[in-house]
Amino acid sequence: MTRNHQLMAAGLHLGYAEREIVTDLNLTVPAGKLTVIVGANACGKSTLLRGLARLLQPSRGAVYLDGKPIHQMPTREVATLLGVLPQSPIAPEAITVADLVGRGRYPHQGWFRRWTSEDDAAVAQALSATDMAAFADRPVDELSGGQRQRVWIAMALAQQTDLLLLDEPTTFLDINHQVEVLDLLTDLVKTGGRTVVVVLHDLNLACRYADHIVAMKSGTIIAEGQPNEIITEAVVHDVFHLTAHILRDPVSNTPLIIPVGRHHVAKVTAR
Amino acid sequence: MTILSLETIAIVRRQRLSHARRVTFGLLSALLLACTAAMLLGDFPVPALDVVQSLFSPLTGSANRSVDFIVLQVRLPRLCLALLSGAAFGLSGIIFQTLLRNPLASPDIIGIAHGASAAAVFCIIILGWSGLSVSLGAFAGAMLTALAIYLLAWRNGVTAYRVVLIGIATAAMLSAVISYLFTRARLFEVQQAMAWLVGSLNAARPEDSIVLATMLVLVLPLLLALVRGLDGLELGDDTAYALGTRVEITRLGLMLVGVALAAFATAAVGPVGFVAFVSGPIARRLMGGAGRGVPQAALVGALVMLASDLAAQHALASVQLPTGVVTGGFGAAFLIWLLIASGRSGRVN
Ligand SMILES: Nc1ncnc2c1ncn2[C@@H]1O[C@H](COP(=O)(O)OP(=O)(O)OP(=O)(O)O)[C@@H](O)[C@H]1O
Ligand SMILES: [Mg+2]
Repeated sequence: MTRNHQLMAAGLHLGYAEREIVTDLNLTVPAGKLTVIVGANACGKSTLLRGLARLLQPSRGAVYLDGKPIHQMPTREVATLLGVLPQSPIAPEAITVADLVGRGRYPHQGWFRRWTSEDDAAVAQALSATDMAAFADRPVDELSGGQRQRVWIAMALAQQTDLLLLDEPTTFLDINHQVEVLDLLTDLVKTGGRTVVVVLHDLNLACRYADHIVAMKSGTIIAEGQPNEIITEAVVHDVFHLTAHILRDPVSNTPLIIPVGRHHVAKVTAR
Repeated sequence: MTILSLETIAIVRRQRLSHARRVTFGLLSALLLACTAAMLLGDFPVPALDVVQSLFSPLTGSANRSVDFIVLQVRLPRLCLALLSGAAFGLSGIIFQTLLRNPLASPDIIGIAHGASAAAVFCIIILGWSGLSVSLGAFAGAMLTALAIYLLAWRNGVTAYRVVLIGIATAAMLSAVISYLFTRARLFEVQQAMAWLVGSLNAARPEDSIVLATMLVLVLPLLLALVRGLDGLELGDDTAYALGTRVEITRLGLMLVGVALAAFATAAVGPVGFVAFVSGPIARRLMGGAGRGVPQAALVGALVMLASDLAAQHALASVQLPTGVVTGGFGAAFLIWLLIASGRSGRVN
């Protein structure tokens, strides 16, 4: 059985009510790779991710999963192939960590297939991977923001899908846990053969971890490819309206973005 | 990084299950106690043994006709109606509260009970109806109100927030309609309508329980088929979709079940206040995160209804209160407690 699934958007238009956010977007998510979407606030990253994950109905165009229009596939079937972590999920009052993470097993269960040790194993694995093992029986609403974020990541992991789409999984996390989460996602890709798409705001981590980077601006993709090839000062300026210098990351040899603001600029370096 | 073993997680899950089982067992015991009290207590003292004998008299033949009448025609129907309507209110309450992710969103707050009341008052005062036809009118009123709220809240789908807001506005509007209807009524009709509005089990007949039980049995399969969807829906629409829940159809189906339960119960006993409102939060608190607590909410509803009815009958020696007065007092006290408790834990919702 192949883990590689083809996720593709063709002529995709997405919006809310009358307002169109994403216009005529084409994207083929590279299978078995880690893809990172970057872009300014409100440029439509979450909207695109929701469209790709069939959470949002396109106004025109379509998303195809293994060649089939994803919005017409049975949602349960999609849920066994594709997991999503939305940007701001809602935890019900008083739910415990183990219970919430266990909800990730929902698509694998049904009326005739109830909880099994396989489900226990998936939950245990997800909690260990996100460093939340010690909190299994704690209520989610008594955790810190970063711990909560890790619980949600654990839920998406417990779903054990071959495709995983995560919207800003590293917000609220300290730098160590950010790196841990990205390492974990890389493990899923490298050893697990999964396909992962993440929205990230930290450009340096994005460049370091992405096999494929997608830069968005007002609802369209303006550059995509390997970070080394496409992340240039011009692209950063175009996407974020930010002057920046680009160095080499001494650890990973990927682009390292040094922003230039209006203050604390010691000397004007030659470009 | 600590590695969590499969056994540990299985233990955590089993602890949750056994806690849920303890809660269910405790509630069932309390219900049994309340049922016993309901069968034994009354203006006309009947020894316990005679009550038991009477209960079996349809099989064994009658020993004492007047005792049989009290047990089988007065106490038992009242008990059954309290249990059934309480369970229906409790289920309806927790379905709405979970679905709309808001403890205030029970059918007695978001206008569905008001729809039933307005229709019943209309039937009594304007049409001069009484008895079963008023119940049918109340049922129709509840269903129509729910439909109106749903349509008004619809905008490319329905969000919890809009349903709650429009529901509360609808409730206020229907209260005004009820007040207006009263200004046009004669004294006798006012009395009759008021009695209906407060909600009471005084007039419980065996047929009422049979009708209500039949309706519940009809709705139950739909509830069982959809209740698992609540697991996804209470995490928000996006996560629910992500987990493979068919969001719109499941929500619509569950709302239909919730409305039907509230409408049937209200048609049977009147808009007995706050039972739907308190059952869910009490059940959830007892469960302490050990599950959704849907069946437990049904048990809490039945218990609150039965205990309130017992208090209504026997708390004051000389007067019989309507059940709705007791549940109203209980509900208000509970609401205050809920506000204080949630204020203390720093949660705002
Ligand atoms: N549910 C919604 N209803 C209406 N408009 C929305 C909704 N969600 C997002 N938008 C609008 O769509 C646009 C793009 O939002 P989106 O959430 O996709 O941005 P984003 O790139 O993810 O931004 P951020 O980096 O802040 O998360 C914004 O202008 C926003 O106002
Ligand atoms: Mg976003």
